[in-house]
Amino acid sequence: MFVVISCMLTGIAVGYLIRRWKIRFIHGFILTFIWLLLFLLGLEVGANDIVIKQFGKLGFDAFILATGGTLGSVVAAWVLWLTVRNKSISK
Amino acid sequence: MKGSLIILSFFATGLLLGVFRWFPNALLDYNISFYVLCALMFSVGISIGNDPNSFRQFRSLNPRLIFLPLMTILGTYLGIAAVSFFVKNRSLTDCLAVGSGFGYYSLSSILITQYKGVELGTIALLSNIIREVMTLLFAPWMVKYFGKLAPISAGGATTMDTTFPVIVRSSGKDYAIVSIYQGFIVDFTVPFLVTFFCSFK
Repeated sequence: MFVVISCMLTGIAVGYLIRRWKIRFIHGFILTFIWLLLFLLGLEVGANDIVIKQFGKLGFDAFILATGGTLGSVVAAWVLWLTVRNKSISK
Repeated sequence: MKGSLIILSFFATGLLLGVFRWFPNALLDYNISFYVLCALMFSVGISIGNDPNSFRQFRSLNPRLIFLPLMTILGTYLGIAAVSFFVKNRSLTDCLAVGSGFGYYSLSSILITQYKGVELGTIALLSNIIREVMTLLFAPWMVKYFGKLAPISAGGATTMDTTFPVIVRSSGKDYAIVSIYQGFIVDFTVPFLVTFFCSFK
């Protein structure tokens, strides 16, 4: 786990050190890596018979967690909204 | 939206090839996804460190809105904790790890697969896609009943890219900077919080 996080921290440091040069193509890299990883994840899920048999159940759990998380954050944002709405939002 | 569909189609293609076993075994045997993940995280780091606006843009914000990402995170966790009773055979920390994706389904599902296995990884993928889609579909409704910060919170880590246009349309242009700020902060926390909740047995 720490390897993954330190890869990102190293990236931030490298990106900051070479900030004179704008690395625009990095977003293309990110997208390509994401596509590749999602493809590999699909492959792994598809090849796993246990997961395929339970797909409906996993989808149900996913829906419950998404609804809970989204509603919870919306209500929390509403609480903050009530304290700032009468004041200027940005200077 | 188009970006999400492309990403989904990569997942779907992999899924089909996997079900019918149309791939060389070496693809899964050598843990290739771990190395690709490291390369991805390194690239994400570079894109953050390389952008001078990353560190500068926050100064023009209303001080109280600094807390929006915190409200997003806490609200998500409270909501997840409340519904976790309906999710059988999963610990609270597993549920919170899924919630810690905050809509960033690609990264969170990859990390959770790596730490906890494909089952929870698949839940994370589906759950965070559903969160993003809910934000895209219900943003105007959220603004109407819960104020202009609501769709920004619901969008979680996606509010500086995929859900950004919808948020600006429903909350107004004044909130564009808030949306980018919140997306940046929450996005940044995803790998840390997912890793944290996956570290529990």
